[in-house]
Amino acid sequence: MKTYVPNKFIVERDESKCVGCQVCVTQCSFETHSWDGEEQAVKSQQDRCVGCHRCAMFCPTGAITIRRNPLEYRENYNWRAEYIEDVYKQAETGGVLLTGMGTDKPHKIYWDHLVLNASQVTNPSIDPLREPMELRTYLGRKPEKVELGPGNASLKTRLAPQVPIEVPVMFSAMSYGAVSINVHESLARAATEAGTLFNTGEGGLHPKLYKYGQNTIVQVASGRFGVHAEYLDVGRVIEIKIGQGAKPGIGGHLPGEKVSKEVAEVRMIPMGTDALSPAPHHDIYSIEDLSQLIYALKEATNYTKPVSVKIAAVHNAAAIASGMVRAGADIIALDGIRGATGAAPKIIRDNVGIPIELAIASVDSRLRAEGIRNQASLVAAGGFRNAGDVVKAIALGADAVYIGTAALIAMGCAVCQQCHTGKCAWGICTSDITLTKRLNPDIGSRRLANLLRAWSLEIKDILGGLGVNALESLRGNRLHLRGVDLTDTELKVLGVQMAGE
Amino acid sequence: MNTTVKTVKIDAAGVYYRDLNARLREHVQNSPDGLGYIEIRNVCGQRYIGTDLDKPVKIDIYGVPGNDLGAFMDGPQITVHGNAQDGLGNTMNNGEIVVHGHAGDILAMSARGGRIFVKEDVGYRAGIHMKEYKEKKPIVVIGGVAQDFMAEYMAGGVMVVLGLGLEKGEYHRANFIGTGMHAGVVYLRGKVHDFQLGKEVGVKDLDSADQQVLEGLVKDFSGYFGYQANEILKEKFIKLFPLYLRPYGRLYAG
Repeated sequence: MKTYVPNKFIVERDESKCVGCQVCVTQCSFETHSWDGEEQAVKSQQDRCVGCHRCAMFCPTGAITIRRNPLEYRENYNWRAEYIEDVYKQAETGGVLLTGMGTDKPHKIYWDHLVLNASQVTNPSIDPLREPMELRTYLGRKPEKVELGPGNASLKTRLAPQVPIEVPVMFSAMSYGAVSINVHESLARAATEAGTLFNTGEGGLHPKLYKYGQNTIVQVASGRFGVHAEYLDVGRVIEIKIGQGAKPGIGGHLPGEKVSKEVAEVRMIPMGTDALSPAPHHDIYSIEDLSQLIYALKEATNYTKPVSVKIAAVHNAAAIASGMVRAGADIIALDGIRGATGAAPKIIRDNVGIPIELAIASVDSRLRAEGIRNQASLVAAGGFRNAGDVVKAIALGADAVYIGTAALIAMGCAVCQQCHTGKCAWGICTSDITLTKRLNPDIGSRRLANLLRAWSLEIKDILGGLGVNALESLRGNRLHLRGVDLTDTELKVLGVQMAGE
Repeated sequence: MNTTVKTVKIDAAGVYYRDLNARLREHVQNSPDGLGYIEIRNVCGQRYIGTDLDKPVKIDIYGVPGNDLGAFMDGPQITVHGNAQDGLGNTMNNGEIVVHGHAGDILAMSARGGRIFVKEDVGYRAGIHMKEYKEKKPIVVIGGVAQDFMAEYMAGGVMVVLGLGLEKGEYHRANFIGTGMHAGVVYLRGKVHDFQLGKEVGVKDLDSADQQVLEGLVKDFSGYFGYQANEILKEKFIKLFPLYLRPYGRLYAG
């Protein structure tokens, strides 16, 4: 069937610069470029370009420019190009539209409507370059009160397992299979260097990464892929994945094409079969059942690790989070509507869930109101772009954040949204042996560790400006935030005042 | 050869599950070769028995163990002299559980190894998402019948349902059998209507290789529970198998 879907991009080749070296031909995993032997020239098949800029970045003479295709439809606010083209695609295939990364729709980004305070005259700001500044965060259940032993020299209260992280930013769950082994290794090494944690996602952990276990969150999802005693023992934190911001309420299919020999070994399923993650955990139909799995995992690891429960931020997130804490979760992870994915139905990604800002505020408020906020750490995820977003999340009430997309971008991702194809030209979201070699873990981990260092410095700068010398003092302190261009209801849910108030 | 197998007797009456499991853990850790024998009396609903035990210790349970018996288990041989509850063998890796009674829902959910034998009926979604990989292959043998959604999403392993409680000519009552099944096999003794099967499930007669697997398992079952294997095997069995290895391959626009 002839497709009516037009090219997304135009590939411009400056013939005066092109030396015919064919780097672009080998770099493009979508087979946009090819060598024409007759004309002795590189040609491009524009309809295959996804706009990942791999070729432009690696062209030694800078001969390639990628531009958006300016195909103009008659102006119509309702029938924008994207919706017209989606209908074409579905009319041609009869299938669910699949996509990757977080939503690209203009959902309101509340971070851009929240501003931070700074000290002026009445209290001194702190210079983080010369004064101590504390970013360390302890994840885990905190006691109601602390009792000291004889002579106040020891702790009488038995603490639940606590996991310190040196920067309040962790790497979000991205499964081996969705991303390559080199991505996992880069994340693991960077987390170890920066004193934070990376999350395996639901595809198990390659044994060669077990040595980074002290900086690893091992995930247990509905498919239970690669979940066994050794895996649970090796991790520092265990996370039960209930939901994901990009696809709340639905399961996942890792397509058979991505289940290579190595992925099959780690997931412990036959090579080339679809890895189906059921929509629910079939041993969890209630809060009581969740409690049962939390304690099954605690039993399986002799109560040595905190258990995190991750949900997508949805309408009743606050009430659900309260149940999760009461069920025994030591960490609550919330993933907002802008959270990303290796593959999700576009219709779910773009329409289901709530923004993470509102979820943090309402969950934190609810847990405080019920007097149980101390019983769990709160980790937020879903589209964090920079240190400003992180600081605002902590002021709203989060203990730490997860970053996924930002970490991938650090390794080269251009957010072209083709993760679901498994053809990632940057070698990130693929299990293709040749493509995965494009990411060198030495370089990947360096770039990630650099990103975390940069954000740490920025967070300290902001804290210093606020006159706060420990992240702990900012946590849940919404007086440091003000809202701009928000309605009364939005301000109420966020629990912040209008700027100028 | 170890000739002094360590025997431990525990009275579980009124013992909280965490304390009971801590004692089991301690006993198994103190048994360097893992060849101990533990007898637990008066078990009444204590959860997660066997969960954190990774040695082939033998455990006899008298009473009714609670949910998640043998969850994540990696080696022990458990015999239950009574009924079991939900989540038996949840995500089990290795070992064996023999139940002289019936068992609840999601039996052997996501199990990837080990063997489970239940004398009587089991609840809903038995064998859901069992999977196999290389030498690891979970085995479930059920003497009675299973309820709806048995073998759902099944991704490997062998499930045998004997239907011993059914009258002659009576049909199994479970619906949605094997929906989403994409690997593994179910041997079913007795009859089912087509509408009871998931649309991803095919039916055929057993070939000689199937017959060999089945006979071995029925003999083990009969040995545990005092049946005559030959009598059980006289009745016709059918084989349920996945029609597609990738049942959801054509859902997407690509």
